[in-house]
Amino acid sequence: RRNEINVTKYSTTPPDSDPTGRRQVHSMLKLYYGMNEEGKVESLDPCDINGPHFDPEVYLNKLRKECSLGELMDHESCTVKQIRSLDSDMQTLVYENYNKFISATDTIRKMKNDFKKMEDEMDCLSANMAAITEFSAHISGTLQDQHAQITKLSGVHTLLRKLQFLFELPARLNKCLELQAYAQAVSAHRRARCVLQQYSHMPSFRGIQDDCHVIMEQLAQQLRQKFRDGGSSAKDLSECVELLLQLDEPAEELCDKFLSHAQSRLEADLQGLEAELIDSLVTDTGGGLVQKTNPGSNPVSPSSSSTTNPFLSPTAGTDILEFIDRGCNEFVSNLCLVIASYQELFINHPQEGELASKKIPEMANGKLHVFVDTLAARYFSLVERRIQEEKGVGDNSLLVRALDRFHRRLQAISKLLPGSAVPSQGTEIVVRAARERIKQYLSALQTFYHDSLTDVRQALAAPRLSVGGASASGGGATSKDATPSLPELLTSLSNFILNQLKSVLASVHLFTAKDITFSNKPYFKGEFCSQGVREGLVVSFIKFICQSSRQYCESAGDRGGSTPPALLLLLSRLCLDYETSTISYILTLTDEQFLVQHHTPVTPVTALCAEAREAAQKLLNHYVKVQGLIISQMLRKSVETRDWVNTIEPRNVRAVMKRVVEDTTSIDVQVGLLYEEGVRKAHSSDSSKRTFSVYSSSRQQIRYAPSYTPSAPMDTSLLSNIHKLFSERIDIFSPVEFNKVSVLTGIIKISLKTFLECVRLRTFGRYGLQQIQVDCHYLQMYLWRFVSDENLVHFLLDEIVGSAAHRCLDPSPMEQSVIEVICERG
Amino acid sequence: MEDDAPVIYGLEFQARALTAQTAETDAIRFVVGTQSLKFDNQIHIIDFDDENNMINKSVLLHDAGEIWHISGSPADKAVLTTCYSKTSESRVLTCAAVWRMPPEWESGSHESPDDSSNNPQTLELLCHLDNTTHGSVACVLWEPMGDGKRVISLAENHVLLWDLQESSTKATISSSATLEGKGQLKFTAGKWSPHHNSTQLATANDTAIRGWDLRSMSQIYCIESAHGQLVRDLDFNPNKQYYLASCGDDCKVKFWDVRHINEPVKCLEEHSHWVWSVRYNHSHDQLLLTGSSDSRVILSNMVSISSEPFGHLVDDDELSDNEESQQEDKGKEPLRDSIIATYEEHEDSVYAVEWSAADPWLFASLSYDGRLVINRVPRALKYRILL
Repeated sequence: RRNEINVTKYSTTPPDSDPTGRRQVHSMLKLYYGMNEEGKVESLDPCDINGPHFDPEVYLNKLRKECSLGELMDHESCTVKQIRSLDSDMQTLVYENYNKFISATDTIRKMKNDFKKMEDEMDCLSANMAAITEFSAHISGTLQDQHAQITKLSGVHTLLRKLQFLFELPARLNKCLELQAYAQAVSAHRRARCVLQQYSHMPSFRGIQDDCHVIMEQLAQQLRQKFRDGGSSAKDLSECVELLLQLDEPAEELCDKFLSHAQSRLEADLQGLEAELIDSLVTDTGGGLVQKTNPGSNPVSPSSSSTTNPFLSPTAGTDILEFIDRGCNEFVSNLCLVIASYQELFINHPQEGELASKKIPEMANGKLHVFVDTLAARYFSLVERRIQEEKGVGDNSLLVRALDRFHRRLQAISKLLPGSAVPSQGTEIVVRAARERIKQYLSALQTFYHDSLTDVRQALAAPRLSVGGASASGGGATSKDATPSLPELLTSLSNFILNQLKSVLASVHLFTAKDITFSNKPYFKGEFCSQGVREGLVVSFIKFICQSSRQYCESAGDRGGSTPPALLLLLSRLCLDYETSTISYILTLTDEQFLVQHHTPVTPVTALCAEAREAAQKLLNHYVKVQGLIISQMLRKSVETRDWVNTIEPRNVRAVMKRVVEDTTSIDVQVGLLYEEGVRKAHSSDSSKRTFSVYSSSRQQIRYAPSYTPSAPMDTSLLSNIHKLFSERIDIFSPVEFNKVSVLTGIIKISLKTFLECVRLRTFGRYGLQQIQVDCHYLQMYLWRFVSDENLVHFLLDEIVGSAAHRCLDPSPMEQSVIEVICERG
Repeated sequence: MEDDAPVIYGLEFQARALTAQTAETDAIRFVVGTQSLKFDNQIHIIDFDDENNMINKSVLLHDAGEIWHISGSPADKAVLTTCYSKTSESRVLTCAAVWRMPPEWESGSHESPDDSSNNPQTLELLCHLDNTTHGSVACVLWEPMGDGKRVISLAENHVLLWDLQESSTKATISSSATLEGKGQLKFTAGKWSPHHNSTQLATANDTAIRGWDLRSMSQIYCIESAHGQLVRDLDFNPNKQYYLASCGDDCKVKFWDVRHINEPVKCLEEHSHWVWSVRYNHSHDQLLLTGSSDSRVILSNMVSISSEPFGHLVDDDELSDNEESQQEDKGKEPLRDSIIATYEEHEDSVYAVEWSAADPWLFASLSYDGRLVINRVPRALKYRILL
């Protein structure tokens, strides 16, 4: 058989085919799958030398027809070679198979002998087995009776042992009682209880049962005692409860007792907390006093920027973190422990038999909720009190961490007690604390703002004092020295406020930090950011600034002196800066930091800007008014107190006029420090000539000179009336623009109008008029450069001189050249 | 409306003093005193013909000096007082005198107004309110609704109450009070209260307003710092006895309840310069007139603090008569405090405004350049108040 396979293998592998391996695999597969039929197709070709239908004649003919001689020769030699190799192969195979066949024959012969021996032994074995079976049957038959007896005896033995257990039970229970091995006693009793119950009609058993009852009663008593004493640990206690439950003690009572016991311990915790709270209260007030004295002794000044006082935290005995920690570690963890063991005992405990029907879990659960709620409420009130103590707005991180811990620990309760309202109440407390915090920050910011304003005020007042005496004589240079720091004050003030606001924002931002458990609560995501921080803190603060600025205008308005004008100017610039950039910057900053999503409408930036602008305008108007009134007052006093009829011939410009010019110059410098120059009406060529004429020697006749020389009253009034016809109406106390020129124009307008009105109330002598002429010319020389439209100054001064001429008993004006000489002299 | 167009009258001289002729209840008549140092001063009596919208004027000579203040007797329409400044020995002193208009002025002016201006008649001096010991007189006040026998003059820091006897030809001081205090105190304005049986007076000096009881001649209240600056004028609400309006150099008009003097009841800040004059309408006290050196006259409607805060009270009979009108009334919104109108006819500072004594809907204002403007309350508002 192997031979055949080999042969076919050889026959199917054509020695000259090139991909031999593949062909071989193919053929073997075909063989395996029985697809020999395909072979037919292959072998139909009679020229296939390996096919079964090979026809040598055809093949030869074909070769002879197709090939040349050389090729034939080659082919022949090749074929001969192949035939030779095939022959030798076949020979080898034949030899090999032959050898194998010989060895196989030997093996078969040997086997034949062995099997004969084995057959004999097998016969012997079967005979033996038959004998053994017979014997075994015999033995079992004889032993049957005894086995039944033994079984019966062992049954009796067990029963007897049970009975003995029963009879020994009272003694055992007593012993257990003595040793306080309650668990053992109860389990023993439990085992015996049913039996005793069942056989209680028999007197002996009855006795045992009664004894047991008495003992168990005693035991229960002891257990209850132990339970009531409460000195034992929670574990002991729970064991106790478990035993009592097994002893058919009413579960409700047990719950109550358990809870009341737990309550007493938790109350101790709470009292500890409360004692701490009172302690910290005492130390807190001490700290508060220290804090109060601090700002006075250490005023905030631009140099000591980092140590800003309103933000010192009270030096409490225990900080809030410690307090909350203690609360968490003692009260909350104990509470959790109680809840857990309680649930273990009464709720999750698998109840068997009749106990299950009493619906203990529901009842117990209800009790537990009430218990937890009352205790938690007390705890919360303590925590809230403590949080309220936290007035200092210094380190917010402590509070946030404390709140976080507080909140985190309450989550444990929510896990233990899914339906409880405690965690949500806790969240509410956190929310309230956050709100409170925002309010505190707002008021802290407000006090800070006030304090910094006070500082600015002091800073403004300090150089004034040193210069105050000299200010009358000192020119613009002195006043320039006096307030060199106005822009610095402004920048430092606004930086102060901004930094403070930023630090507050950073502090508040802690509430929404990622690692804080309550930060993902809806309140902290939405309302806290938009309503709380943005509206409640930032917007309120900006509004506060505007409002307090406006108050400076209103309260101090009538007296004029209580607020230094420089402060008004400074605040006005501050508000204006807020309008142009700071507000939008702050709000953008806030929105970015807090990712505010506005679900509720919020104050738009434009509204705030408008408010700030309004405040700035109001402040600037007020500044103009105050400064104008100061100068007006000077002018008015100077006109009212002089006897103009009997005055001497003017030799000098009156000192008050010089003072007016000086003050105007210093105001100009002051305003110039904070506000831009502003637009001026282009000077007419005439005006430049005029200034030229003022500064150089003066030959040119000044254009408005005719009004100085009122030949007849009608002329001047006619002239001024014509003038009025063509000039616009002048609003004296009108709003000003945010630039220097406009401010100065406002102040000068107010002053000159006052001058005019006062002049009209007086009667002048000849020299009185001339003095007014000199004064007006002097003002004319110096004031035109401050205002936006110099014609305004000219017009008002014309009016003054004209009115004075009207009110003059002897109107003989001074020569223009003389006036100029006097004015230039001094 | 054409009727509402202002009527303007120009004087040749500058003028500050204006008064309505208090005793005259038929004709609409104003009296203006001029201020001129070089020429003879005049008193212009201006009659306004409401129907023809025309002005008739007559001029009387006042050769005593320039007139700072003028006021007419409430009893005799021919009698008036002036405060005038007199320059003697290069000293200016403001005196006060009681004058009588010559009886013929009225007929004379009507016949030929040109003649009267060419050859004006002179006022007849009744008596001087001698003030040589007390200094310059700021103003003279007649007893409101009195018989024209009592006047008060405010001279420097003195309040002098005069009795006019023998048809006003003799004046004697019946009582006086002096304001004592630091510095040079000087009354700037005053008003005799028409309430309390004419026993109270209010004066202004510097920034303070003081109330005086004329029976004891003692101060009864004092509003220190009523205004931020000088107080220029005062007026009593004719219908509410404790209400007082004041104005001053802080551009404000303030309303006071003299029982609560810490805070003004209300404060208006509409003018852009000093407010020189404030006047309540004599019959409808919600109408308030102010004149200011910003050359404007402002008519305000201060309903909320008037005696008719809810508008004109209608009698019950009228209500039952026509319920329809009542419903209309309800539909109307109550008037709110507001500026009714700002009159800008003046080119110079307005120093005096005055309501007509005869027609409550008419008023005059006088500016320094001698322009007198007569205006009416807008008709719409008039009907609203009346109906």
